[in-house]
Amino acid sequence: MSKVTMTVNGRKMAAEVEGRTLLSGFLREGLELTGTHVGCDTSQCGACVVLVNGQAVKSCTAFAADLEGAEVTTVEGMANPDGSLGNIQQAFQDYHGLQCGYCTPGMVMSTAALLADNPKPTEEEVRHYLEGNICRCTGYQNIVRAVMAASGQDVGALAAE
Amino acid sequence: MPKDDGIGASTKRREDTRFLTGNGKYTDDINLRGQTYVHFLRSDVAHGRIKGIDSSAAEAMDGVLRVFTAADFDSAGGIPCGWQVTDKHGQPMQEPKHPILAEGKVRHVGDPICAVVAETYAQARDAAEAIEVDIEELEPVVDMKAALKDGATKVHDDLSSNLCYDWGFVEENKDAVNEAFNNAAHVVSLELTNNRLVANPMEPRVAVGDYDPWGDSHTLYTTSQNPHVIRLLMGAFVLNIPEHKLRVVAPDVGGGFGSKIYHYAEEAFCTYAAKVLKRPVKWTSSRSEAFISDAHGRDHKTKIELALDADHNFTALRTETYANMGAYLSTFAPSIPTWLHGTLMAGNYKTPLIYVNVKAVFTNTVPVDAYRGAGRPEATFQIERLVDKAARELGVDPIELRRQNFIKPEEFPYQTPVAVVYDTGNYHATMDKMLELSDYAGFEARRAESAARGKLRGFGIAHYIEACGIAPSNLVGQLGARAGLYESASVRVNATGSISVYTGSHSHGQGHETTFAQVVAEMIGVDANSIEIHHGDTSNTPMGMGTYGSRSLAVGGSAIVKATNKIIDKAKKIAAHLLEAAPEDIELKDGKFSVAGTDKSVDWSGVTLAAYVPHNYPLEELEPGLEETAFYDPSNFTYPSGAYGCEVELDPETGKIDILRFIAADDFGNIVNPMIVEGQVHGGLAQGIGQALLENCVYDDQGQLLSGSYMDYTMPRADDMRGFTVDHSCVTPCTHNPLGVKGCGEAGAIGSPPAVVNAAIDALHRAGHTHITHIDMPLTPSRVWAAMNG
Repeated sequence: MSKVTMTVNGRKMAAEVEGRTLLSGFLREGLELTGTHVGCDTSQCGACVVLVNGQAVKSCTAFAADLEGAEVTTVEGMANPDGSLGNIQQAFQDYHGLQCGYCTPGMVMSTAALLADNPKPTEEEVRHYLEGNICRCTGYQNIVRAVMAASGQDVGALAAE
Repeated sequence: MPKDDGIGASTKRREDTRFLTGNGKYTDDINLRGQTYVHFLRSDVAHGRIKGIDSSAAEAMDGVLRVFTAADFDSAGGIPCGWQVTDKHGQPMQEPKHPILAEGKVRHVGDPICAVVAETYAQARDAAEAIEVDIEELEPVVDMKAALKDGATKVHDDLSSNLCYDWGFVEENKDAVNEAFNNAAHVVSLELTNNRLVANPMEPRVAVGDYDPWGDSHTLYTTSQNPHVIRLLMGAFVLNIPEHKLRVVAPDVGGGFGSKIYHYAEEAFCTYAAKVLKRPVKWTSSRSEAFISDAHGRDHKTKIELALDADHNFTALRTETYANMGAYLSTFAPSIPTWLHGTLMAGNYKTPLIYVNVKAVFTNTVPVDAYRGAGRPEATFQIERLVDKAARELGVDPIELRRQNFIKPEEFPYQTPVAVVYDTGNYHATMDKMLELSDYAGFEARRAESAARGKLRGFGIAHYIEACGIAPSNLVGQLGARAGLYESASVRVNATGSISVYTGSHSHGQGHETTFAQVVAEMIGVDANSIEIHHGDTSNTPMGMGTYGSRSLAVGGSAIVKATNKIIDKAKKIAAHLLEAAPEDIELKDGKFSVAGTDKSVDWSGVTLAAYVPHNYPLEELEPGLEETAFYDPSNFTYPSGAYGCEVELDPETGKIDILRFIAADDFGNIVNPMIVEGQVHGGLAQGIGQALLENCVYDDQGQLLSGSYMDYTMPRADDMRGFTVDHSCVTPCTHNPLGVKGCGEAGAIGSPPAVVNAAIDALHRAGHTHITHIDMPLTPSRVWAAMNG
């Protein structure tokens, strides 16, 4: 066991963790932040994406013990200060970019990282960036629309070719 | 009535706020005090005899509470099958026992042998590695046709063979069908595979069993599409727990697509072990475990033939299909290749004579059951591939050949030769709409533009029919179902006028909490925000059959309409009393009851308050309170249909296919929430396109699953497809349910695979590769390249 201190969604957290504890498990079981989901065991699905020091990270690929001093943001930290849906979250609701909700936290966090890096991505760039996030429900079209809308772009033209 | 939350409005989903903020409550988010963790030691060979199990080392390890084997379940029943198919000789199917933990033999990679319960998940998993299982490997049975050969190794020693059943439909028509083929001017045939798939909802399965020794009562939290079905099957057939002592809760569920319909061994294990250990027992499937323990889908091999007369009218159709059941019969497995497949073989066409033969086969693979569409994608794929091939062989336009043989709008209701009666439809309209939206007229110019870049462009069409709204109980009972397929609803109006609705169906992505509220809001004329939809808990919802087969609105919604009508009838009587008028003179509009032709009125909350504070109330004639339950049993299936157009570009250098446009023109009858319907079609299309181009569940000849993770099984991703155009403006309302709705959940997955493959074949033919008449799915670059260059 080793002690790790992180800032999660703006709050300082300290906990004892086993060496093998993944960040995803630390968030879910240790901090009860169950918004971060685990959808696979090969780091393919992206349901567990969180921001670590501003970068999108699949939290199933990182050991909690390695993240001493890190700033972590999860989906629970994405709402506005007054509790209303944040910009990305609101766009996902407005454009029906989610159905069962299981991949959604990872989609929201990947979107946050994308837009921080590339504030006006093209549809191609969005689709390419979200390759690491699998959704089984939506067929991605409404997710892409939501991401484009969250970036302030017109989504009316998103259709054939 | 606010316009934005009634029937027909694209109301935004209320469930989204909890999902988007990380506040959904999925089964894995549930952790109970004193909880233990189970890990299943699963077979790593496909077929073998268990000679011995030594778990002593494991049991001595830190944190291990107990190791369970089959011997611990002597008094439990097997996992039951919910549908008995009768074969073409009138004999029942062969039905092997499906034990909770393997008894004597292991029959597929993933078959659970031992269950280790420990204080932590890591301890359970570590301990499982210390268990020694002595297995004598047996020859695995993997290929279906080999499985049926004389002398083939048997998956189940106590059965006469690996044949589950040999089904003929309609057996009495067989000779007439053969005669029609003998007299045909043209016969077109095709052999094809409907590739095996894994449903892969993004939430893996989870079960948490809890036991209250003081009340001798059990609670199971589970990732299920139908908690009442699990309670019935597990309670009555496996663990002998009466319903009043067994609560099953399916909270937020992260997708199902069929794979979470079934009662699984892990659910029974956790429920049982929680009683033995007097502590909650939790199981969380890993994705790798899901690949070898969730029921798979499809896996048919078919020969299909079509007879046509000299004028190209379809005169007869016959098929022979081998359907993989896997090692055990999953809950609804036998019904999928038979009653959900054979009854759809008329498609949209007036083929007068049809004979369908299906041989269901046991193999040493994971059980196969319904996956989005379930039998209907298999039927549609065969028919629509074959009709396209027929058009090519006859040198006619595939659109015109379809139109010529379509059932015409004025011919409904239409009795098919395969038992079902289509109540309504207009296939010409959906075909026209699809062609209009695809700019089919502009295709040739686009093709030329692709050709100038060295690419091959093709356009493919499919027209589907499906049977949804499963199902009339008396009919399915005759067909072998061991369950009724009605749905239930309770509507509880509260004293201040707010409304709590309890439905027996279950939402795992479909948005029922929003759409069902829209229905009730429209009927009563109140704000949808004053209505809450509850589902997923057997302790507060009436016995219902759950969500699958695109049935929730058509059957579950009808139950809600029925219960709400009872509420309105009673509320009108209360209003009549308050307004000193006759009940038949009371009108309900926009949440207000008024006496026809007068200005006397009382609003909704005035009536609801009177019902619960019955001071001025006709107590001698009417009970206080305002709460009603209804059960709705449909009189027929519903029959959504639609035309799908797919435009692809194929790279002849690599064989890679890109989907450039996909147009879906569906007739779903009336629509409650167009936004949600569009989303459902998108999702179905992605799964169908996934089947056509990407996904394949592959076993080697030793029964090892080669596609056992997301590294190997190709899930569709955001850059694999684009350009869906979805239209549902063609409406022929269902004639036999109160909302006139048909269901939209599976259409995309049913209609899209043949459209994609037809588009690829079209591209190849237009480029001169006319020797290629079929490529089996998935049309991977290597398969396409091999077909072109092989």
